[in-house]
Amino acid sequence: MPRNFEIDHSYPGRLIIVEGIDGSGKSTQLQLLQKWLVNSNYKVFFTEWNSSALVNDTIKRGKRKNLLTPTTFSILHATDFADRLVHLIIPPLKAGMIVLADRYIYTAFARDVVRGVNREWVRNMYGFTVKPDIAFYFKVPIEVSLKRILSGRTSLKFHEAGMDLGLSEDPHVSFKLFQSQILEEYDKITEEFGMTVIDATLPIHDQQSQVRDIVKAKLKDYKPMPFLKKKENVYVR
Amino acid sequence: MSDKKIFFGEGLPYVDVSDFKGKLIVIEGTDGVGRSTQMGLLKQWLEVQGYGVATTGWTRSPLMGKAIDNAKSGHTLSLHTFSLLYAADFADRLEHEIIPALKAGFIVLADRYIYTAFARSVVRGADRDWIRELFGFALEPDAIFYMKINIENLIPRVINTDTLMERYWEDGSGAGLDYWESGMDMKLGDDFYDSFVEYQKKILEEFDFMAKEFKFKVLDASKNFEETNIKLKEGITAILKNA
Repeated sequence: MPRNFEIDHSYPGRLIIVEGIDGSGKSTQLQLLQKWLVNSNYKVFFTEWNSSALVNDTIKRGKRKNLLTPTTFSILHATDFADRLVHLIIPPLKAGMIVLADRYIYTAFARDVVRGVNREWVRNMYGFTVKPDIAFYFKVPIEVSLKRILSGRTSLKFHEAGMDLGLSEDPHVSFKLFQSQILEEYDKITEEFGMTVIDATLPIHDQQSQVRDIVKAKLKDYKPMPFLKKKENVYVR
Repeated sequence: MSDKKIFFGEGLPYVDVSDFKGKLIVIEGTDGVGRSTQMGLLKQWLEVQGYGVATTGWTRSPLMGKAIDNAKSGHTLSLHTFSLLYAADFADRLEHEIIPALKAGFIVLADRYIYTAFARSVVRGADRDWIRELFGFALEPDAIFYMKINIENLIPRVINTDTLMERYWEDGSGAGLDYWESGMDMKLGDDFYDSFVEYQKKILEEFDFMAKEFKFKVLDASKNFEETNIKLKEGITAILKNA
């Protein structure tokens, strides 16, 4: 089946996404980008991973009660994503807005494969999704990300540290093992999908300048006109 | 009675299926064809013969609980969320009920299986390949019995004095028919009846398509109940003998 995320979309809006491991600083960068775009009078919509009203409670309950398997974990996140895609991503894209997404399908490709699902299976599952106009990947070594996470709080979250995988009893050791596997997976993904890699060890301001330059170039031919022709729906044929 | 099970597609890389002792027997058929009643009798019949039997249904996994019902009651499900919710529910039951039971040597009777999800998703516009690959983690059943019925015979099974009153009072929908089993989300007809007929016709067409693709053992379910029951027992006996 053709995977939509491999084909350029035809919506008048623009989709910009950021990826990176926890503590890579991607959210900070996206927020700064948003400030700049809004200040430049663009109509912007922001959405983040794992936040739909539809299955959020199920995911939380599943995590708390340890009911999730790698496969149900993966499908539930795809369900969450599908719900947000159809309600929060495609409508603003059709309306000609700039959609900013904190994490996108590549998060699932990295995490779920590390948890043990088949690589092709998870890609196919997300086959209905829209290809981003720009996909930034904030690349950072484990030690830096761990330091950043722990500077804001004292402990690691259970799933963030990959404790469900039984890699180690120690959350810090588990975090390093889990996130380094994710980093390896991300490295493959950035090549596979031609993502724009940003060195996330650089000062925040330097990273943001790079990000803005790239976005500026991409918005050259962008005309924020709403989509008025009645053509296709969001479904894959 | 030990054999190697295989996955329908890409499979569960972290599950070893090489030594499952049980049998997975699927009964498929559209809404109201009488699957559940047959299942109950088959379970009893097998248990009398000394087989351990586990049954599994559709959309009743502990993980999903009321999530699917809640999502449906909102009536704003998109095609892909609809299919994915079913897939999550199915995966949960597969990994927590079906696989452990098969490992332990039970006969698992499945009231509906992935083919129901295929039919419902495809008639709503899903890509056939996409939905088949999504359910690639499922196990291939040892047998799929398809209770086939035509629309003329299905209507009186679903719309009759008992069901109308039950639906009307219990669901409180006021329409006498289930919203989703009537495909009301697809806007196929002006009222529940028209919608039900059009929707079920499409579902039945898709099942006919799959009957060839997946080599269903087709049973004529428009005949009387006992006759269908006998045919099912014959089919199951043959599978258990081959083991």
